[in-house]
Amino acid sequence: MIDILNALAALANYVFVPAISYGSQLALGALGITLIYGILRFSNFAHGDTMAFGTMVVILTTWWFQGMGISIAPLPTALLALPVGIVVTLVLLLGTDRAVFRFYRRTKAAPIVFVMASLGIMFIYNGLVRFIIGPNEQRFSDGARFIIKAREFKAATGLNEGLSIKLSQGITVITAVIVVVVLFWFLNRTRTGKSMRAFSDNEDLALLSGINPERVVTISWVLVAILATIAGTLYGLDKSYKPFTYFQLLLPMFAAAIVGGLGNPVGAIAGGFVISFSEVAVTYAWKKVLVYLLPEQWAPDGLVQLMSTDYKFAVSFSILVIVLLFRPTGIFKGQSV
Amino acid sequence: MKKFLFATAAMAIVSASAAYAGEVKIGIELGFTGPIESLTPGMAAGAEAAIKEVSKSGAFMNGSTVVPVRADSTCIDSAAATAAAERLITSDKVAGIVGADCSGVTGAILQNVARPNGMVMISPSATSPALSTAPDDGLFFRTAPSDARQGQVAADILWGHGVKSIAITYTNNDYGKGLADAIASNFKAKGGKVTINASHEDGKADYSAEVGALASAGGDVLVVAGYVDQGGSGIVRAALDTGAFDKFYFPDGMIGAKLEENFGKEIDGSMGDNPGTDSPGAAILQKIGKEQGFDSTSPFVPESYDAAALLMLAMQAAGSTNPADYKGKVMDVANAPGVKIFPGELAKAMKLLKEGKDIDYVGASAVELIGPGESKGNYREIVFKNGKITTVKYW
Repeated sequence: MIDILNALAALANYVFVPAISYGSQLALGALGITLIYGILRFSNFAHGDTMAFGTMVVILTTWWFQGMGISIAPLPTALLALPVGIVVTLVLLLGTDRAVFRFYRRTKAAPIVFVMASLGIMFIYNGLVRFIIGPNEQRFSDGARFIIKAREFKAATGLNEGLSIKLSQGITVITAVIVVVVLFWFLNRTRTGKSMRAFSDNEDLALLSGINPERVVTISWVLVAILATIAGTLYGLDKSYKPFTYFQLLLPMFAAAIVGGLGNPVGAIAGGFVISFSEVAVTYAWKKVLVYLLPEQWAPDGLVQLMSTDYKFAVSFSILVIVLLFRPTGIFKGQSV
Repeated sequence: MKKFLFATAAMAIVSASAAYAGEVKIGIELGFTGPIESLTPGMAAGAEAAIKEVSKSGAFMNGSTVVPVRADSTCIDSAAATAAAERLITSDKVAGIVGADCSGVTGAILQNVARPNGMVMISPSATSPALSTAPDDGLFFRTAPSDARQGQVAADILWGHGVKSIAITYTNNDYGKGLADAIASNFKAKGGKVTINASHEDGKADYSAEVGALASAGGDVLVVAGYVDQGGSGIVRAALDTGAFDKFYFPDGMIGAKLEENFGKEIDGSMGDNPGTDSPGAAILQKIGKEQGFDSTSPFVPESYDAAALLMLAMQAAGSTNPADYKGKVMDVANAPGVKIFPGELAKAMKLLKEGKDIDYVGASAVELIGPGESKGNYREIVFKNGKITTVKYW
């Protein structure tokens, strides 16, 4: 019995807790991608760098708040700085939309033109962020670090295995739940949300019924700014902030959106967790868990690790390819790519 | 046309007169751009301090002056580094090279430029064990010890503290792999157990997956052969957060003020080592550095001073600036027997050599060249006490 509890603790500590928080961050990012795909009908490659930009503004505001002595301890000050980050990111996104995407919408450009334009914007954001805050790692988390500490958990339960839950992981999951609930309420219950879904389902019908397309576009950029800034800040709080890693997040986020079904918000969330759990589970060395569960003579000698952790990104790639081969519309029916 | 001819003629005169004036050029090829660009200005200043000292003394090669010529090794781009070395030899006509710095480019320059041209190079900072066995025609020396030596020292320190099993993670490059393998083989030879020897990539946001694998393997101490401002700190952070390890061993790449700043008391009881010596040479160089405006306590600055000094001492001992003549003298001037020479005494050393006497160059880093011409190495053992790096003893 005690062995099973030890195995569960190890499993929770090294697989469940990290995968759930990483999955929430991916899901929020994938939601932004899926919204743009559903409404503006293109894959926004600039999304990772939008997150980097939003987080950068949050970091700078956090430092300013810290300088003034404002804090909401034990919670990180960055949460207080979120609204500022969202507003500034929104200004940037709307400016980009007015300067670039609106032109292509008017000329009714092919989706691939939009994608290429977003690639260009990605590079511009990339440079902008590095120009302002530099390419180095920045730390901006403050307040308490842990909800449960590994050592205290061991002492309290008498188990061999510790379980630690960081405050940032707790905040990530709670924030993600709140954001998702509000988003779905907005999309399904409000008039504006319904008009957005109508626009996404059938653009011509929506236009005939008097929906203002520019308004729908503006609202979706607002949602994207909120989602991207929150996702980026949570990722930065939980792990660390470095512009390059946000660019790298593009792959797992796209994988999540496509696996779930592009354009489908429920799919984006499911996809986020599918990707995060497979990345963590495939690269985890299962020896620690198996030692407790198997009889002694069966205990493995090796690490029971399917793949070295270096191949983490390969996991998202493989899942992406498999889904595209066998179910191009994703788990939940989205649009095919 | 007339103007062009005149200019060419003037150029020819200038270059000819430069060679005529008894001027010896020494190349300093370090990574002035690239990953270690923050260290190289100090290293170059150290080497140039030795050159200035010799040049001013007037005792070198019947009153010749010595002029440093800088070149950029980039630390990582072998093509750029070999091109720069080629330039030093063919167009600047240097008599010897101090450099290069990083192990990868140093090996490339040695094989592609130094050996074909018969040029002596003394590296102040390349530490890869692979360079000990690389064919060098007796042209390559280093005032930095091989990481194989650090592996022995690390295994000794760990074993001495009663550690019986270790897990190793290393940064995925020549330095990390070489060092990790050296520690693993030495530790195993003592009868210890190495549960895992796995790499990590630098520059990731999150290392919990890597730490998950390390935790599964287990071990008393986690050896982190990485960089403190790169993935090494990320690994330690994740290991502490998940409670996977609470004791660590830090080789030289991890020792720095940043380590205290990042973790402080959380890693009390952890051990480590980095190059260091209590020889008086280091203190003397510090004084020289203060006068000339460089910081000699920055990594590899003493080694750079010593590399330049050894080159010139070997030339003096051979009475020739031809690499083929003086390459055999490098080991002689560096090791006993002879009069001990510290920094600031290069003029005295030049005189002694001219009189035909033996010298034993100690220098700023207590140089003693062993094996294929590399420093034996002096290490400082440290331990974390109250969140501070504290020196235990010197090896």
